[in-house]
Amino acid sequence: MPRARLYSLDELEDIPGTHVFNARRARQAYHLHKFCMSLMSEDNRAAFRADESAYLDRYKMTQEQKTSVLARDLTRLIELGGNMYFLVKIASTDGWSAQKAVSSMSGMSAEEYGQMMIDGGRSPDGLRSKRDQG
Amino acid sequence: MARITGGIATSHVPAIGAAIDNGRTADAYWAPVFEGYDFAKGWIKDNMPDVVILIYNDHASALMLDIVPTFAIGFAEEFLPADEGWGRRPVPTVYNHPDLAAHIAEQLVIDEFDITIINEMDVDHGLTVPLSLMFGQPTEWPCKVIPIAVNVTQFPTPSGERCWKMGEAIRNAVKTFPEDLNVQVWGTGGMSHQLQGTRAGLINAEFDNRFIDLLAHEPEELVPMTRLEYLREAGTEGIELIMWLIMRAALGYGVEELHRFYKVPASNTAVGHVVYRTLS
Repeated sequence: MPRARLYSLDELEDIPGTHVFNARRARQAYHLHKFCMSLMSEDNRAAFRADESAYLDRYKMTQEQKTSVLARDLTRLIELGGNMYFLVKIASTDGWSAQKAVSSMSGMSAEEYGQMMIDGGRSPDGLRSKRDQG
Repeated sequence: MARITGGIATSHVPAIGAAIDNGRTADAYWAPVFEGYDFAKGWIKDNMPDVVILIYNDHASALMLDIVPTFAIGFAEEFLPADEGWGRRPVPTVYNHPDLAAHIAEQLVIDEFDITIINEMDVDHGLTVPLSLMFGQPTEWPCKVIPIAVNVTQFPTPSGERCWKMGEAIRNAVKTFPEDLNVQVWGTGGMSHQLQGTRAGLINAEFDNRFIDLLAHEPEELVPMTRLEYLREAGTEGIELIMWLIMRAALGYGVEELHRFYKVPASNTAVGHVVYRTLS
């Protein structure tokens, strides 16, 4: 029987400013993400708000992942394996909109980012490939 | 026999659900988005399905941490709206059609789709926002819903080709169910958006409109598109559009496009929406 031709996922790393969430990153961020999903209960959100550091110590995250959660550094959390569908639960716990959370990675203020979206969003031109950017 | 009579595709942005739940659909920001759904809300009243097979993705609400199924079918009798970090959405419990779900699960495996059966889960905005867009704010949803969850989060996701064949398999399964049921298939997610990094906020209206142009009558042009092309052109979360292919394939060869809508933005996302009637 013919079988599918295999190929590397590395080509997905060619997109500028983008970390594609793959199996390796899922493993790297497993405990970070376990913490994020714990925020799907009000009791846990209250415990996290009451003492963030102590709450994070319940999870086997790396120290850098914990520090980045405390700093709400979503850019760094994604570099450390995170995926936004998990991380957005931190933003929701803080009462941030998804747009405000996403804007924090964009290099723009939340207001500038919101206006960019109203104006039609960010064009993909020049942002399709690291190779194209030289 | 059960028959698939129509299909709907729509984006499932969580902020759309929040706008409905908080009574803000008439706000200047939101009104142009919701106007795009006026047609479908009227149409579905006259074409009410007994069952919707709702193709969506779980956003790390019930799946994706400890269990990461490529394709999964909701098998419980009922599903509660998930608490995604701000409490459960104030929407009705979703009720399954367990007999049709069981038939589909059996037939899909016979058809080489080794689908995961989920006997207990909550359903997140990916499933409940499309229901709110079509049905508003009823005390009970007016039809049964069979959730089919697709992994579009952890790469590799299923390919476009695989999703197309999945839709064909769902069609064949429904057609062989003996009960007389009016079934619709809904595909959700998209259109272009990226929720991470310095490309956050990416919107590609040209790509999105071409996708809508081809989906009704030339879907074979879309099916071979690679994951890389979805990500490059439509952003990391634009890959959700593969779920529209499942819907389209489940409708069979010929469809009539009854309605289409495209609007930027809703939050971080381009909103797309189509309504199809099956011809075969």
